[in-house]
Amino acid sequence: MSQYSEQVRHVCSLGALQSVLAIDRAVPILHAGPGCGQKLWGALGFQNGCQGSGYVGGHSVPCTNIGEKEVIFGGDDRLKEIVGNSLKIIDADLFVILTGCTSDIVGDDTGEVARRFQEQGKPVIYAETGGFKGTNLFGHELVVDAIIDQYLKPANTVEPGLINIWSVVPYQDPFWVGNLKEIESLIAQLGLTPNVIFGPGPEKGLEALGKVPKAQLNVLISPWVGLKNVQHLEEKFNTPYLHYPVLPIGPTETAKFLRTVGQNAGVEEKRIEKVIQKNEAEYYYYIERSADVLLETRLLPRRFITIADSFYALGISKFLINDLGLLPEKQYITDGVSEEYQDSITAQFKNFADGITADVVFNSDGGAIHEDIRKIKFRSRPLILGSAWDRVLSDEVNGYQLSVSMPVSDRLALNRSYVGYQGALRLVEDIYSIVLSDFQ
Amino acid sequence: MSINLNISEVAIRENRLGSVTGYQGSIKELAAQASSCSLKNKERCFSQSSACSSGCAQGYLSRIVDAAIVVHAPIGCAADSVYSNTQNKWGEKVRNWKHRNINVINTNMVEEDTVFGAVVKLKEAVREAYRRFNPKAIFVTTSCVSGIIGEDITSVLDELEEEIPIPLAPVFCEGFKSKIWASGFDAAFHAILTKIVKPPQRKTNKVNMINFSGSARKQIVETLARFGLEPVFVAPYSTVEELSKMSESAATISICGTLGSYIGNGLEEHYGVPYVKTLQPHGIVGMDSWLRGLGAVTGKEDEVEAYIREEKEKIASDLVEIREKLQGHTAVVGMGPSFGHNYIRTIQELGIKVIWGATWHFDPQYDNGKTPASTELLASQEVDIPVSVGDQQNYELLNLLNRLKPDLYVARHGGSTVWATKLGIPSVMVADEFSAFGYQGLIDFGYRLSDALTNRSLAKNLSSRVKMPYTDWWMAQDSFIFLENEVV
Repeated sequence: MSQYSEQVRHVCSLGALQSVLAIDRAVPILHAGPGCGQKLWGALGFQNGCQGSGYVGGHSVPCTNIGEKEVIFGGDDRLKEIVGNSLKIIDADLFVILTGCTSDIVGDDTGEVARRFQEQGKPVIYAETGGFKGTNLFGHELVVDAIIDQYLKPANTVEPGLINIWSVVPYQDPFWVGNLKEIESLIAQLGLTPNVIFGPGPEKGLEALGKVPKAQLNVLISPWVGLKNVQHLEEKFNTPYLHYPVLPIGPTETAKFLRTVGQNAGVEEKRIEKVIQKNEAEYYYYIERSADVLLETRLLPRRFITIADSFYALGISKFLINDLGLLPEKQYITDGVSEEYQDSITAQFKNFADGITADVVFNSDGGAIHEDIRKIKFRSRPLILGSAWDRVLSDEVNGYQLSVSMPVSDRLALNRSYVGYQGALRLVEDIYSIVLSDFQ
Repeated sequence: MSINLNISEVAIRENRLGSVTGYQGSIKELAAQASSCSLKNKERCFSQSSACSSGCAQGYLSRIVDAAIVVHAPIGCAADSVYSNTQNKWGEKVRNWKHRNINVINTNMVEEDTVFGAVVKLKEAVREAYRRFNPKAIFVTTSCVSGIIGEDITSVLDELEEEIPIPLAPVFCEGFKSKIWASGFDAAFHAILTKIVKPPQRKTNKVNMINFSGSARKQIVETLARFGLEPVFVAPYSTVEELSKMSESAATISICGTLGSYIGNGLEEHYGVPYVKTLQPHGIVGMDSWLRGLGAVTGKEDEVEAYIREEKEKIASDLVEIREKLQGHTAVVGMGPSFGHNYIRTIQELGIKVIWGATWHFDPQYDNGKTPASTELLASQEVDIPVSVGDQQNYELLNLLNRLKPDLYVARHGGSTVWATKLGIPSVMVADEFSAFGYQGLIDFGYRLSDALTNRSLAKNLSSRVKMPYTDWWMAQDSFIFLENEVV
């Protein structure tokens, strides 16, 4: 992570409270300071596609609101009290204790508190997510690992065709609900049974978690987040995993994705190709119709920059280069990717159509990124796919800007998806609506 | 009460003013306990995520146009800068200014910093903030982590002042220290008072207007111009230079008693700038009191009276009309203490019966040692009003609203009205601090409430389809069973 950083584009480990909220009927219990929940929800939720409190988020999340007394005397007793009363007051089926910096430094024995409740048969688990430990993407992995270790039970049988889907991080990705639905739909089209944990609906959440150990395959669609989780699942339940490192956006990458998943899950080649053909036909119907405007206005951006987490930086680059014919300026990846994953991600940026490559910068310091971009000599109006922080910069360099990566405070996101064929169409709509409305 | 500018850290509200976050009773009892210094805090054995001082301090300071903030904390503590940046753009829009991003750098404290300390990192971040933003002052805010590991921020900044030729101000706002997030405003103003404000060179006709976004800026400029006065909007959207001259102003006024107490009384005590300690300017009675207070300290009584007469005439017929529309409705108020107690009165002025007043904390006294005027006025009314104090504890409030079933819920602070709406209660969020500002503001606010009552479909539809996160057991309990006497 950067030495210092300007312009928050991810938060701390405790931000994983939002991953818990993304599981239907699960509730986080924060063992943290009074302001942690508000700040993290504010950035990841409210100010990121207007994702609000939902069932039990925002100021409704149980929290010990650690004060001076707990810092001096320890907070175990307070935590016990809050967990005990949460079980009485909050109508939920899984309670996940998450620690903040204070309790981790003071050294509260949160595990012991959780175990006491577990012994009484209460659905209480815990993860030590003190903010200084890392990003919320790392925190998300900690929460999923906590669920694997403390909640999941081994299955007796493997259900053929059942595929667990692990991908974008809820709330960090403002389009996570739509994206997961789209991935689910693509997998279902292959004749497989997708099992998605995060998102609305009774078949998701705890019911989906219950099915995780009997899946035939874990599919991780992510540059790096979640890799430790699927490896952990393999160790624990012998479930093989497929790591697909690119968020599939657009026909080229989505076809590749469908073939890879289909082959790994034993789907007949004919069926895979039929699915691809049908989707491509629909996709190109729209693109063919809009091609006049895309090509014949003088406004088509030729070059683009992404300032985004690795999901979108990579996924969008692949789409804009391989499918839409745009060229990359530098690509900035802001989600604090640790060194062990950087080389494999960089390699993906060296592998586009027609031998095109892109320079990649790993940096979560938005101020430094903006300084760097100001030095670029643009020959045409660039397209900047980033966050709300980049609107000011875009004005400075006379660019077209679309917020896709946290914080997306300038847009309302409901079920929009940028994944697959449908998602690519939405992205084209959004980009060109900005281009067209810019001069009108 | 004395404001000490020789110390680097101001005491939190609990210790300085005896402020509380746990109380249930009536406004008359509350005022009586406040004036007899017998008010005792209560704790809760269940709590939900609240808010902390650092959010208030950082959010407030980050909108000073030519200052920079260094947040000495793990990155999550700077998460609120996303909100602050959006807020900042709102204020820029009000002023027709070009957008900029706020100047905030975070030291990104990680695990090893909690063991070895991070003063070296802090120094580099302060130097970098100076290089990047070319600011006129840098505020360094603390965090739970920097506080617990004992970072000596004052010494670091003293050392750096030798190489960086601008004020470097520590702002002590560790989240765990106070349950009252408004302590963060005091921390911010203490930094401004000790490091930015200079002794007066001359006296001016300026008036320090303590506020947030300044959406009523145009109106205030015009109103004060009639009295020969000129507002300086403090502290967001002001410059460091403007803030440094607050000591030269003819008076200080504030939109919010909670916000203004420390800076207003500090400027009065140390530089003789009179602080107007009347009701806040919400509604008719509030505006009368506020303007008369300003008139009294600036010798503009006659001009003020003339203005008040004119403005009241302008709204007279509209007021009758809106009162007729709202008469007989009931409301529950949930806000910070200054807004809360001022809005109860304001909503009553519109003919609505306030059946409960919840405030997020309560200050039995301000920094001048006196009980807030808004509280005293409510307590002097014939009708007593049930009140409670809680740091935005939704479970308590929702249980209460479900029992009281008011026609309206009027709240300030995010993350509150949505829950009342889910119960089917039409709710109005007072996001803009100049809602219900003065005479015309009262009328506009009245129509806003009337509109909320006229079409309740969103609240109705949501409540019939959305499940609340509370058990039936809890909704059947007394709202305040988890409030218990503080164990010291």
